[in-house]
Amino acid sequence: MRKFAFADSGEGFVPPSTADFNLPPVFGDNEFTTKPILLVLFSVVLISVFFIIASRKAAVVPSKLQFAGESVYAFVRNGIGQEIIGHEFMRFVPFLFTLFTFILTNNVFGIVPLLQFPAMSHVSFPYVLALISFFVFHYVGIKKQGLGKYLKGIAFMPGVPKFVYILLTPIEIATFFLVRPLTLSLRLFANMFAGHLLLLVFILGGEHMLSGAIGLKLIAPFAFAFGIGMTFFEFMVQCLQAYIFTLLTALFIAGALADEH
Amino acid sequence: MSFRTSASEAAANPLIPHTAELIVGTIAFALLFLVLRSKVVPMFEKAFAARTEAIQGGMEKAEKAQRDAQVALEQYTAQLSDARGEAQKIREEARVQGAAIIEDLRGKAQEEAARITAAATASIEAERQQAITSLRNEVGSLATELASKIVGEALDDQVRQSRIVDRFLDDLEKSK
Repeated sequence: MRKFAFADSGEGFVPPSTADFNLPPVFGDNEFTTKPILLVLFSVVLISVFFIIASRKAAVVPSKLQFAGESVYAFVRNGIGQEIIGHEFMRFVPFLFTLFTFILTNNVFGIVPLLQFPAMSHVSFPYVLALISFFVFHYVGIKKQGLGKYLKGIAFMPGVPKFVYILLTPIEIATFFLVRPLTLSLRLFANMFAGHLLLLVFILGGEHMLSGAIGLKLIAPFAFAFGIGMTFFEFMVQCLQAYIFTLLTALFIAGALADEH
Repeated sequence: MSFRTSASEAAANPLIPHTAELIVGTIAFALLFLVLRSKVVPMFEKAFAARTEAIQGGMEKAEKAQRDAQVALEQYTAQLSDARGEAQKIREEARVQGAAIIEDLRGKAQEEAARITAAATASIEAERQQAITSLRNEVGSLATELASKIVGEALDDQVRQSRIVDRFLDDLEKSK
């Protein structure tokens, strides 16, 4: 797509845009074979295989592979689950673990050579994850406290003067049913989207300068160097976003489990 | 084509989701969740539990060893103090026995000495008596012989002779 754009416009540089995120299906016209979809499916296979092999022996003295898998698992289990949710955390560990590994892997695909596309920059996937997170924490809250008490807890936060409810109740309802899933998904999506766009700007820009005048050719290496620097930065953002998404989900669950919030 | 239109719409607004991606995302997440929950989490939990147990077991073993060592130490200390006490007792006994033996021997020696002294005294006394007797006889006969020589008369009257001698000797003893 980009190459055609170059050919059409001749010398003019077309900056990367949202159109660059719309990759055509790999196989014919089948919508289920776009790059992000294949990447997501690949990530499922990759994560499953890695962790099944890593955890297969469940040895007291772990191998390097088991240790690596265990570290990630323990990070989610203890660092997020136990820390945030408390004594009931074990029920949610599989969910949080899946969430973290799924997001992390698909994010990091953004800087893996040849793959080089973060699936989470397609908003559909963050939507799905945020929706699952939304249903999970509401379900947990309703099951724990009963529908009426749970909704009352959200709408009328206890320990607040009555007249504040005029302001607080709409805000609380919006927070729990709209803002939380939206921010959860958009935060992840926007970070991945912007990060990928940034890398495109530096790397495609550098490529374009390389084909331009001599002066531009001299500057091109700087663009590439910056692109490489941004790649490291992106890696950090990708890990951080996976962590934040999981952490917030755990916080929502913890909030739904708590009798008073 | 439906894809082309949906793609161009999405191109205009990246916030609009794709149906295919929503479906695949849901299925992919559910699939991964099932795999991790059934295959991975239990195994890691098993490893953690085994490790905790191993560490706890090791610590308990170490504690038991320490307790055993403590008991043995106490036992040895007790035995040692017993032995010390016994040695003290034996020494005391030996001292007492030694003292008794010395006392005994000393008594025996004194007895022996007394016996020897007594025997010597008796023998001396006997010899003295013997000497006195023989001396008396000898002195008597000598004196008689001498007196008869001097007096010139025979003092052969046995009775008189004996009386004279006795008187002489008595005088002699008195003057002594």
